[in-house]
Amino acid sequence: MLKVVENAVPVACWSCSVAHNESTLFCPDCSKIQPPSSGEYFSVFGLEPRLNLDLVALEQEFHRLSRRLHPDRFTRASENEKQWSLADTALLNDAYRTLKDPLRRTEYLLKLEGAEVGTSDAIPSDTASVKNQGKSSGVPANLLEEVFDLNMQLEEMRRSKTMGQEDPALIESLRKDKAKFEGLVVTVDSDLRTQWVIWDAGDAAVRPTAQRAMVALLDRRRYLSNLVRDVTEILGD
Amino acid sequence: MAEGHVVGIDLGTTNSLVAYMEGDRPVVIPGVDGSNLLPSVVALDPVSASGGRPTVTVGNSARKALIETPERVIYSVKRLMGRDLEEVRTELKFFPFRLAGDIEVGEVPRIQLGELRFTPPEISAYVLRQLKRNAERFFGAPVAQAVITVPAYFNDAQRQATKDAGRMAGLDVLRLVNEPTAAALAYGLDRANEGTIAVYDLGGGTFDISILKLHDGIFEVQSTNGDTHLGGDDIDNLLLAIALDEILGEHGVDLRAHPGAVQALRKSAIDAKIRLSTELAAQFDSELPNGDRYQREIPRAVFELLIEPVLKRTAAPCKQAMADAGIAPDQIDEVVLVGGSTRIPAVRALVDELFRLSARGKKPHTELNSDEVVALGAAVQAGILAGASKTTDDMLLLDVTPLSLGIEALGGTVARIIQRNSTVPASATEHFTTGVDGQTNVAIHVVQGERELAADCRSLARFDLKGIPPMAAGLPRIEVRFLIDADGILQVSAREQRSGKAAQIEVKPTYGLTDEQVGNMILDSFDHAEEDFSKRLLIEARNEADAILSAVGRAPQNPAWNELSAEEQVAIAVARDRLVLVRQGSDLRAISQAMVALDKATHHFAELMMDRAISSAIRGKTMNEAGKDVDEPLTAPHAMAPAEFK
Repeated sequence: MLKVVENAVPVACWSCSVAHNESTLFCPDCSKIQPPSSGEYFSVFGLEPRLNLDLVALEQEFHRLSRRLHPDRFTRASENEKQWSLADTALLNDAYRTLKDPLRRTEYLLKLEGAEVGTSDAIPSDTASVKNQGKSSGVPANLLEEVFDLNMQLEEMRRSKTMGQEDPALIESLRKDKAKFEGLVVTVDSDLRTQWVIWDAGDAAVRPTAQRAMVALLDRRRYLSNLVRDVTEILGD
Repeated sequence: MAEGHVVGIDLGTTNSLVAYMEGDRPVVIPGVDGSNLLPSVVALDPVSASGGRPTVTVGNSARKALIETPERVIYSVKRLMGRDLEEVRTELKFFPFRLAGDIEVGEVPRIQLGELRFTPPEISAYVLRQLKRNAERFFGAPVAQAVITVPAYFNDAQRQATKDAGRMAGLDVLRLVNEPTAAALAYGLDRANEGTIAVYDLGGGTFDISILKLHDGIFEVQSTNGDTHLGGDDIDNLLLAIALDEILGEHGVDLRAHPGAVQALRKSAIDAKIRLSTELAAQFDSELPNGDRYQREIPRAVFELLIEPVLKRTAAPCKQAMADAGIAPDQIDEVVLVGGSTRIPAVRALVDELFRLSARGKKPHTELNSDEVVALGAAVQAGILAGASKTTDDMLLLDVTPLSLGIEALGGTVARIIQRNSTVPASATEHFTTGVDGQTNVAIHVVQGERELAADCRSLARFDLKGIPPMAAGLPRIEVRFLIDADGILQVSAREQRSGKAAQIEVKPTYGLTDEQVGNMILDSFDHAEEDFSKRLLIEARNEADAILSAVGRAPQNPAWNELSAEEQVAIAVARDRLVLVRQGSDLRAISQAMVALDKATHHFAELMMDRAISSAIRGKTMNEAGKDVDEPLTAPHAMAPAEFK
């Protein structure tokens, strides 16, 4: 839905009438706040779409822009400027929240590039949102056997829990599984980072392959974190 | 826009305060009695013999009426703000006041107070108006703009209700600030505390935990959690329940049938609780209606065992807040304690353990008065918004929304659109369509909360999108934009994209008070006539003086009068004559000073009168008899008695 504005059409500043690039939130000439732009998150920070970001610089820029855009700075301003400040700050906050988190950033960039990805909730305690449930892919092929075993054990654990007696050997085995799947998540993350480098450095020929790899990795990661969550829940850790 | 002072208000469950920036530091504005705390208690005076609308009193004088005429008094109304009928019903089990009868589901509940009924925001508006007047008297100029604090864990409806109360009191509420964040602002003013801080705020009725990062004047909240139903009141209720049970068991007296006596016993429970913060044991000692005495010693160890379950309930929100912020206890540089309940040693021990403080050679911050720190922080935020002070010039507060926002999807599940702990303002855009040919309305159910099913979350509103151009089912593409503003309040806007014209869709929320209702509840519009301002202040001051003089005039008939020394009686007479004299003139300042002087002179008398009132109430005299002893309740926002239920 969102499109990167490559060659933004110049728009005249509402205050001083000087034309400026659409993606700026302030008029470069008179510094007045401008209505929200395209809504593309990277451009809010003046960045090209990139997966490896300097998070310290991102935070500094977030603070710098917040100081200028925040509604607190516009209590005495005109009604229009107040509204733009609210909308611009919401955009800035949404952009920062998405870009500072490696998974949300990856998903966002993939969507910008037109890829179909389910969104993962970054907060682990949250259950997957309704939107994803329909989309969540089946068991990754190379995990079939382990997942089958794990589900058997989870079922057994639930049964013994309702009976009021817990089998220490079963708990031990689930702990081991949990550690194993957590390890697999770490591997996925490192694979994702490898793809980031390829995508960032790559050209139009290389990027589609990296994108497909990342979509698959995100699916796998979502699946694994759900398993880890289920095991954690039943172990009561 | 009217320039002038922007004040910061802490609208508390138990006490409320107003503060402002005096140059580069925040200062609390005292009331006419010299006290910084205004008890959040509102009483309706009985209609006088001459008829007319009954007057409302706020603060200490209202609190005094709590024991004599509990059915005419409302306290802790903050617990009812923004709550629906069912929630209020549950809540009222702990209160002596009653709901008005004929309220329908979906309506804002009204409380019966004497012969009138009020919505919770109206009650809060009386407290706010009193604070506004205190500030106006202090500045000698009108005050029209304010920052008001709310518990961080307040939901959208509770926030909206607070804003409505401000408007009813004649205040333009420039910002709602979360209480723990306000406390952080007050502590962070000197820039000495950079790094990650946790604010643990256990007040009268609510618990909040917030974790913030302070850097170069930016106060960035990382996460917040809490419980809007946890506080000192719960501890009081535990002590009260034990006393009531023991009195019934040992003396065969059921005090629950005597609301005035229960209030008096509650006061002893609160006194005992406060003493137990400094002493190792405290006494309950009350005379019962049948002449028996109920005496009981509560050792601190027993008290701590008793309140442990209440305190433990603060642990889970703290852990969740740390998890959400992605930090471990050891990464928290400073812990700030806010709220009267944090004076309890067991609370401090729990905080110490939760954040591993003494293990790391640290101590929590308690330097600022824990009753005042939130108001001071509100004043700092007022200073930031007014842009008037160099100190606050480069300060900026970035707060978060405490609860996730979702919409009810098929099957009653929740599709989360804005996650909790998102920095506000925050927004989300969703698309909807129609299910039937020619459909022109779509209803969206918005909920707030973390549970999976909409039924388990707080229903925020059902928004009706009206005026959709008629089209085949599924064809309209309605873009709905949800935006949580800097006050943490949801705004919803919608437009239909398919029909080509950006048709504005009307969005109608179905909760809370309508704009028109709030408009009709604005307290005396006379407040807005600024040209008459100094005249009004003078009239108000004279009215207050008259009320005090009339009460003092009746004082010698009160049995408590004879307990005063001759010197005290003379001092009261002198202060009274002074007020009579200056009241004739039009020197506002002189009248205020004379009132303060008379208040001080009658302080001891008020205490004696209070003691008599309590013991009469305990002895189970009828309300009328007890009323004779204490004389008629005082009118006007005057405090004859000091703040008793601290």
